[in-house]
Parts: sequence; structure tokens; C-alpha cells
Amino acid sequence: MAKAQGLTWTISDADHMTQAEIYGEVLTQIGKTNKKVVALTTDLAKSTKIGKFQPDMPDRFFNLGIAEANMMGIASGMAETGLIPVVSTFAVFASLRAAEFVRTDICYQQRNVKIIATHSGTSFGQAGTTHHCTEDLSVMRTFAGMTVIAPADARETGKAVEAVIERDGPCYIRIGRGFEPPLYKDMDFEFEIGKANQLKDGTDVAVIACGPCVVHAVDAAQQAEAQGVSVRVLNMHTIKPIDEEAILAAVMDTRRVITVEDHSVIGGLGSAVADVIAASGKGCAFRKLGYQDEYSIVGYPDDLLHKYKIDADGILETIGEVLKADFEEDEDWEDE
Amino acid sequence: MLKPAEKKKLADKARELREKIIEVTYTCGGAHVGGAFSQHDILVALYYKYLKIDPKRPQWPERDRFVLSKGHGGIGHAVILGDKGYFDEALLDDFNKTGSPFGMHLDRLKVPGVDTSTGSLGHGFPMAVGIALGARLQGKKFRTYCMVGDGECHEGSVWEAAMAGGHYKVTNLTLFVDRNGFCLDGDTEEIMTLEPLDAKFEAFGWRALTIDGHDFAQIDEAILTSQAEKERPVVIIANTIKGKGVDFMEGQTAWHYGGLDDQMKEKALKSIRGK
Repeated sequence: MAKAQGLTWTISDADHMTQAEIYGEVLTQIGKTNKKVVALTTDLAKSTKIGKFQPDMPDRFFNLGIAEANMMGIASGMAETGLIPVVSTFAVFASLRAAEFVRTDICYQQRNVKIIATHSGTSFGQAGTTHHCTEDLSVMRTFAGMTVIAPADARETGKAVEAVIERDGPCYIRIGRGFEPPLYKDMDFEFEIGKANQLKDGTDVAVIACGPCVVHAVDAAQQAEAQGVSVRVLNMHTIKPIDEEAILAAVMDTRRVITVEDHSVIGGLGSAVADVIAASGKGCAFRKLGYQDEYSIVGYPDDLLHKYKIDADGILETIGEVLKADFEEDEDWEDE
Repeated sequence: MLKPAEKKKLADKARELREKIIEVTYTCGGAHVGGAFSQHDILVALYYKYLKIDPKRPQWPERDRFVLSKGHGGIGHAVILGDKGYFDEALLDDFNKTGSPFGMHLDRLKVPGVDTSTGSLGHGFPMAVGIALGARLQGKKFRTYCMVGDGECHEGSVWEAAMAGGHYKVTNLTLFVDRNGFCLDGDTEEIMTLEPLDAKFEAFGWRALTIDGHDFAQIDEAILTSQAEKERPVVIIANTIKGKGVDFMEGQTAWHYGGLDDQMKEKALKSIRGK
């Protein structure tokens, strides 16, 4: 049984727990020592796993019924009294239905609220578009003062949850439904908000991914390597603040960049990376993989990642494309 | 029972501050003066009798909280906070101006004494429920007061918060409805029926009291009742008059928002002093 351990929590059978289960377990352990933490949900205690918090700390657990906007307002008010509210619902409701409450009650007022949104992207594929969420990174990124994180797997989620509790101010973590394959085999990796994890070095192409796409990026990079293509893989778990240094290094070293996210290509990771590249003034071949301004169809999550080319096959195909792509040469490039 | 001397003190203060609201409305070019006057007597009662606050320590954790959920009443709130000494009243001369801490909806990060930033309707009440729950959980003794507008009760989130407040029995919260009868486009009952408003709140688990929101004795009694109630949270539906205190504004939906020229300002001040 592989252990997962943070500073204040330990999980003994991490291999057999989903991303959401680890989240619920970590939050519960943190809540036992940090009495300021309160957990709120909207009739999704079981689905989001925040309900694990309830048995040990019933006084600090609030199930507010199916009313997401109200939950965000209540969380803001609780933060005013010095508590650290952690709220969980599906990503589509947290980021869209309750968007103005997140913006006006939490971010605008600099309230110390943590939103852990589950079932993001197409991880709840069978539920259809109403329950998919391919817009949340874009929405949350635009709120001034919001930290936005998309962990790659369960173990990284554990570290991210711990990190946001320690961080002052509004934070948004998006995770999947919970059946995503693990990326990290143990806890021997760094997690720092705003600092990308380079999982593999490479000089021909850089793949910058977040969330469930990271494991596919590693897979694609290994397959490319076998074909003689050197691919760098960055786990860009923090979308905001984005790791500009890692992006610029990827541009300089590879000049071919692909972003991959379980999200619309408008406004999410790809856009955040594009902003940095555009401001650098450096030319490079660039592709954004994700949902191309369309509503995702019903299906099993793995099938959907494949259809929308954000799995290993899609990434590998795009690596082939960018290798052939032209880009403007930059005279000063060699001097930098 | 409110003593006659106390009642007179509150009435005098209310009149003095109505004049200030007219002055600021005049200098700032336009304000939600109708709603500022309908809510006014309740805010005066709270700030000059009930709220346990210390203007020298606006962030004092144990202070009572007041959430003006109908955030467009901000001009009236700001004038009271200035009078209480939270900031230099001269700052109100720049109300609405570029870079001023004061706009028509107050920002808690810019204006000392403001506990929550409001403006978008249907937000303050959920936040007030959160404050009350947070206080109770931590054994804090302070009380939270919140005021919603009647038109604001068209917002679904008001009823989400009412449901949660009733469910959790937030008896450390007193809610006021400024029932002046008008939203921006006209009579609330013509735009979207609210009545029976008291029965709606009762159905959501609240104890509803209906009072004349300009009668200090009734305001006083209702607040005391809300503080003593331990079973259900209390909502005080205060029947008020939009533009109260200025004869040509009273009951006029046109004065939801407006500006004043020299002549109108003098006429308004005269009307306030004459009453």
C-alpha cells in the first residue's frame, strides 16, 4: 500500500483512492488540526467527497442544499469572521452558476475562501454538456486576486489542497470526477503554487499541460522519444499565477510549444501561455489543444479525451505537426 | 420602550443627516436618494443606539456587523459612517469622483466601517447569514444586522439565504426589509408581486414583524424583539416611504435616483427642516 504524505496529513492506501477521495481525506485531516477550516457544499457531499469532513466535524460542515450562489455568499461571510471556508460543488456550478458571487463576494472583497470544484472538463462525460465544464479556468482566471490550480492527479491534489489552505486569499482548484489515472507514483515531488513541474526535459518540442492531460503528455513524449524526437513536458498545475519563467525557457529551448488542457482553448491554460509567449516577442510554433469553441459531446471520459485530441494520441499527432511548422526566425535568438 | 428623550435624539440626528445626504447628493451629481431616505431612520436607530461598534477600531473582531444588502443606499450609509467618525467627512465632497473611495455602492476595502462590499442585489443577505453562522460557530457574541430592499427580494438568492437562515435558525441575525414599495421601474407589485411578503418569510422559517419604518418607537421595539427571539430568526418588514423627509420626493419612483440643482437643494433642505 503506497502512502501519500503531506506536512499535516498521511494517507496509507493512496494508490486505491481517486483524486476526489484524496481531496476529501486530506481536507478532513487538515480540518482536524486547523479549527478555522469549515466545509460547505450544495447537496454534493458524496459526489465531491467533501462529505468525508462531516462525521468528525459535524459543527463545521454545512450542506446548504442545491443553492450554489448562496453558498459562495455564505462562505464570504464566514471568512469575514476569520474562518477558512472550503466549498465544493461541480466545476460548472462553481464557475458559471455562482460566478458573480465568486467574483463579487469572494474575489472583489479579498475573502479567504477556497473553492475545490470537481467533475471539471469532461470527466463526467456521460452526464452531457450541462455537467461538463470547459470554461472554468477561463472564468476564474479573469477574477483579480484569484489563484487557479488544476492538479494533475490525486497525489498532487493532496499537496494543492494543503497549499491553498496555507495561502491567504481566494483560491480555485479544479479536479475531475475522480477516475483519472495517477501521474505521480509517490509523494517525492515538489509542489509550489505558481511553479511548473518539469517532468521530462527535451529540446525539440515543449508540451505544457495541466490536469488529466499531463499523464497523456508524458505518454506522448515517451512515444515521440522512441521516434527520435526530444520532448519537454511541463506540468503547469497553476494556471494563475502562471510560471512565466518556465514558459519562456520552453520557448527559448524548443521553439515549438503545445498546450493541452481538458478545457476550452479560449481563456484557459493555452491562452495564459500564449499571453506570455506573445509578450516575449519570440517566434515559435504554437498549438493549443482542448475544446475548440464547441460543446463537448456525451461519452466516456477516455473516449472524449481521444476525440478532442487531448490524449496521448492527439498530442503525438500534434507533435508531428509542429515539427513541420514554420515560424519567423528571430535574429537575436542565439544571443539570448 | 424608547424614552421620549431618546426618541427626540434619534429624530434630531436623522433630520441632521438627511440634510447631509442632500448636500452630498448635490455635490456628487446624483444619488439613490429615494432609497437612502426610506432606509434612513432604521440605520440611524442602529448606528446611534444598537450597534456595538468602535469607529476608532473599524476592524475590531467583536464588533456588531451591518450589511447593507441594498447597496445602492450607500450614500446614506456613508454619511452616517462619516458622522460616526470612521473617516474625515470632508472626503464625502469627492463622492462619485474619479479615484474617490466613495461610489454609489460602498467598497469595504476603501471605506472604513463598511463590513461587506455590496451593490449587486441579492448578495449581502447571503453574506450576512455567513457572518452570523461564522460568529455562532466560534462562540462570538456579536450580532449581525442586514437590510435588503423590497425590490431586491425579486432576486432568487434572497430566498436561498432565507431558506438557509431559517434552516440554521440564525437568531443572531436581524434582517430588515426596506419596504418602500418601489423598485427602479415602478411599483413592486406591478413589476413582480412580492406580497404576501411576511407570509413568504414565515414559510421560510422566519418570524416576520411588520412595522412603520419611520417610527422610532416601533423600530426600537422590533429590534429588541429580534434580539430576544431564540427560536426563529426575525425579519422586520419596515413599511417606509421612498424619499421620506423631502416633500417633493416622497413616494415618487422618479426619485429612485436623481440629482439636485441649487434650487432643488434649497427646497429639499427647507422641507427637511420644516418637518
